[in-house]
Amino acid sequence: MPRTNVEHPDYYHKVVDCQWACPAHTNVPEYIRLIAQGRYSDAYMVNRESNVFPGILGRTCDRPCEPACRRTRVDGTPVAICRLKRVAADHKDDIRDRLPRVPATKNGRHIALIGAGPASLTVANDLMPLGYACTIFEQGPKPGGLMRINIPSFRLPEEVLDEEIGYITGMGVDMRYSTPVGSLRALLEGPETFDAVFVGTGAPKGRELALPGRYDSDQVFIGKEWLESIHFGHVTSVGRRVLIIGAGNTAMDCCRSARRLGATEVTVVERKTRRFIKASPWELEDAEEEQVVILENHYPVRYVVDHGRLVGVEFDTFTARDAGDDIVQEPVGRRIVPCDTVIVAIGQENAFPWIERDLGILFDQWDVPVVDRVTHMSTRAGVFFGGDAAFGPGNIIWSVAHGHQAAISIHQFCHGVPVTERPAPGFTLSSTKMGLHEWAYSNNYSPVARQKMTHVDLSARFTTMSIEVEQGFTAEQTRKEVERCLNCDVQTHFTDSLCIECDACIDICPTDCLTLVQETPLETLRSRLKAPAPDTEQALFTSNPLKQTGRIMVKDENICLHCGLCAERCPTYAWDMRKFVLQQPMAGMTFIPLEAVGR
Amino acid sequence: MTYLPKPRVQHPALTTNAIGLTRRDYEGALTTLCAGCGHDSVTAAIVQAFWELSVPPHTVGKLSGIGCSSKTPAYFLREAHGFNSVHGRMPSVATGAGLANSALALIGVSGDGDSLSIGLGQFAHAIRRNVNLLYLLENNGVYGLTKGQFSASADRGSKSKKGESNEMEPIDPVLVALTLGATFVARSFSGDKAQLVPLIKAGLAHQGFAFIDIISPCVTFNDHEGSTKSYAYTREHQVEVVHADFIPRREAIEAEQPADALTSVVLHDGSTLRLRRVADDYDPADRDRAYAAIRERQQHGEVLTGLLHVATGARDMAGQQQLPEMPLYQVPYDVLCPGADALAQLQRRYR
Repeated sequence: MPRTNVEHPDYYHKVVDCQWACPAHTNVPEYIRLIAQGRYSDAYMVNRESNVFPGILGRTCDRPCEPACRRTRVDGTPVAICRLKRVAADHKDDIRDRLPRVPATKNGRHIALIGAGPASLTVANDLMPLGYACTIFEQGPKPGGLMRINIPSFRLPEEVLDEEIGYITGMGVDMRYSTPVGSLRALLEGPETFDAVFVGTGAPKGRELALPGRYDSDQVFIGKEWLESIHFGHVTSVGRRVLIIGAGNTAMDCCRSARRLGATEVTVVERKTRRFIKASPWELEDAEEEQVVILENHYPVRYVVDHGRLVGVEFDTFTARDAGDDIVQEPVGRRIVPCDTVIVAIGQENAFPWIERDLGILFDQWDVPVVDRVTHMSTRAGVFFGGDAAFGPGNIIWSVAHGHQAAISIHQFCHGVPVTERPAPGFTLSSTKMGLHEWAYSNNYSPVARQKMTHVDLSARFTTMSIEVEQGFTAEQTRKEVERCLNCDVQTHFTDSLCIECDACIDICPTDCLTLVQETPLETLRSRLKAPAPDTEQALFTSNPLKQTGRIMVKDENICLHCGLCAERCPTYAWDMRKFVLQQPMAGMTFIPLEAVGR
Repeated sequence: MTYLPKPRVQHPALTTNAIGLTRRDYEGALTTLCAGCGHDSVTAAIVQAFWELSVPPHTVGKLSGIGCSSKTPAYFLREAHGFNSVHGRMPSVATGAGLANSALALIGVSGDGDSLSIGLGQFAHAIRRNVNLLYLLENNGVYGLTKGQFSASADRGSKSKKGESNEMEPIDPVLVALTLGATFVARSFSGDKAQLVPLIKAGLAHQGFAFIDIISPCVTFNDHEGSTKSYAYTREHQVEVVHADFIPRREAIEAEQPADALTSVVLHDGSTLRLRRVADDYDPADRDRAYAAIRERQQHGEVLTGLLHVATGARDMAGQQQLPEMPLYQVPYDVLCPGADALAQLQRRYR
C-alpha cells in the first residue's frame, strides 16, 4: 500500500475543505485568523488576492465553502465564512497603497474585454499590473454587470460596489461605458488592434414562460429584466399581490424587491417540493422572514387575463411523495391563484447575437460557444470567454475564478507560450510550533454555536429599496465566530521515521481520527479504523510501515479538529502541526522566454 | 496557550454501551505525564475496558500510592470514587475500602517503585489475603519522578540514560505474585492494547486479587538503547504465551468445541475467560510450571506476556473472613455495632 503523497499540492489542499470548495481557492482559515487578531486590512488583502471582491462577495457569495466546512461535520453548522469576509471588508483601513502597482512602462499588448462584470474586471485586475493595456466595453453607464443591476441594493450597497470596482478601474483601465459591442467582427477588424479579446458578457437573457395569455396584459415580467428596471428606476411600483414563478436566487431577489415596492402578498411558486428549491437556503430563509409564501407542487398552465387585466395564474396542482433522490407527483386538479403581477424567474440563458458565426468561433448544439474548461479559449485563438458567458449561469465567485484562469491564458497567448502549458500550483508547509504547548494558532476548540446575523426591522427595511438588511457581525459576534474555525490549513504532518508507536496521539485524539494498523488494502482499511471512516470523499492518510512493528499510521481526515493534541502528546515530533499555504498560479507566474518579451 | 483540555467534541459515529455512555464518558482529567508516557496508554486501555463492560463509573473505587503511575487514576473515570494514599500504602487502603464496601469494583494503580520498593510488604500481604482488587503495576524500571534512577525492577545489565549499568538483581513482580499464591497473574505491555484490554476486563471480573504487570515505558528516562523497558526492546522481546478473551455473561458463547489451544474458564460472576495458548507448552493453570516457564524464558531474554496464571475457586478476603454478602456500610448500625452490652457479653467469654 503506497504512502500518501503529501508532497502533491492537492493532498493538503483538499484537507482545507473550504479552500478546496472555493472556485477561487480563497485561503479562508488564514484570513479568519487575521480577523481574529484584528488585522482586518491584512485579512482583506488575503481575500482580495484570490477573490478580488471581498466586500461584494462577503454579502452576496453563493458560499460553496460553507457546505464544505468541516465544522458542519463536527457540530452541524458551518463557520459563517462569508459574513466574516464582510467583517474584513467593513473594518479594513485604506488599503489603496497595498494594491498591485501598474508599471509606468507598458508591455505593448492591448486586450479588449467585453462586458464590465466580475469576470472581465478580474482579468483586468490580473493583467494591468503586468503592463497590459486593457479596454473594457460596457453597454451600461456603470461597471459591475450583474452585481450592479441584478443584485438589489438592500443586499449589496452601491458604495461597496463602487469602491471595489474602483480599485480595478483605478489601475488605468480604459473604460468605455455605454458602448455595446454590436459585432465581434467589427471589433476584431476595427481600427483598434487587440492582442486578445475576452468575452465576459454574462448570461444576459431571462428565460421566457410563454403560456397562453402571456402577452395579453402588461403585468407579466421576466425576473432578470424586472430587477434591472428597478435598478434603473424604470419600475417603481408593483401590484398588491405578486406571484413569482420559479424559486431560484433570482426569484428570491424578485420577491424581496416586490415587498419593497409595496406588494403585500408575495407568493413564490415551485413546481416540485421545498427540497427542490434552487435558491440558497439562507436566501430562502431571508425571503420567508419577509413574509413571502412558498407554494409547492404547482405547474403553471396559463395566465388568466380579464379584459386586458391580469387577474391570476392557473396551475395544475399535485401531491408529492418522496422516491429516493426524486419525488413522484400525482395530479390533484386545477386552481387559479389570483394576482396582480407575475414575475417569471425560471433561469437565464446565454445569447450571442453579436458574434458572427463565421469568425472561427464554434457554437455547439445549444448555440453557445465551445470553450475550453481550463484555458477558457474558444476555437478561435485569442478569443477567450469567462463568467456566465462561458459555461452558463453560475455565480460571482465562479466568474472571478474564470477571470484568473483566462488572465493566465491571455498572458501566455500574448507571449507565444501555449495556453495549455499552465503554471503548476505549489505550496509551503511550515511548523506552527512555538513551545512545548504553544502553537502559532488558536488550537483550542470553541464550542460556541454559529452566530446569527442581525437584520434590520421588517418595518424599516420596506421603506426604501437601499436599506441594507444585514447589519454585519458585531465585535462580540466576530470574536466568537472566528474561534469556531478549526484551522484546517494547519496540517497534522507525520514523519514516519520518528514514530515510536507509543499510542499517545491515538489516546489523546478527541475524535478518534488515528489508528495504528497492519497494512491492508484501502477498501478494508476504512472499516478497521478506531472510528469507522465510511465517507470516501474524505481522504485517509497512510504512512510507510513503521520501524518497530511494521504497522502503518492511518489518519482519517474527516472530522479532525486540528487541535494539535496529537502533536502536543507526541514525544518525538513525529506529528507536527504545519501551516499549509497554497501558492496559486496567477497570470505572470508563467515562465516567459526573454525573446518572447523582445529582450 | 497552555495545556488544552481535551475537547469534549466526539466522533459522531462513537457508539454508546449498554448503559448509554460513550467511551468519552469514562475519561478523567487531562494527563500531566510526559508526552508519550506508557501510563497514558494504560489509562486509555482502562477507559476502554470499563466502557466495554458497561460499568457504572460511580460503582468503581480507584486507588493509588505515589509516583508517576499513581497519578493516573486522576485520568480515568472522573465519576468514580478515588483515594490517593501515601507511598506504597495503596493495598491497605484498598483492603479497608473493600471491607467497608464489597460492592465497589476496586482498581489499584501502582508502579515499580511504589510496589516493589517502599510498598513491597503491602503488595505481598494484599496477595496473601487475596483482596478482591485489580492491581495494575505500571512497570518502567526507573524512578521517573526523581529523574530516572534505577528502580527495583530494572534488569541487571540494563543501562540508564546516562549510560550506567544496573548491577543489582531485579525483583520480578510476576514471580513474586506467583510465589505468594496470587490467583490471577498476567503481564502485558502498554503498547499492546489488543492484549491489555481483555486482561483488564478479566481481572475486574476475577474474584480475588488480580495482578497485571504492565511494561509501560518511561519515554523520558528509559526509552533509549540499552534499556530493557523501552518501546523497541519490549516489542522485540515480548512473547505472548496465553491470549485471554473476556466474554461477559450476557453475551452468548458460540457452542463450538474449543480447539486444542483453547481453554474456557468460567469466572464466579458467570462470565467466561477464553484462553488461547499461543505457545504450545504453556499451561496457565499449573502455577509451578508457569513459574518455571517464565524463569526459563527469561534466561533467553524473552519477556513472556499474556495471562500467565489463573486459578478460580480460591476464597477472597471477604470469603475467608466470612463477611456477609451485604456490603458492611449497608448493614444497619445496630447490627454492625450491637452496643456496650453485647461487647461486655463478648468480653465475658474470654475471662
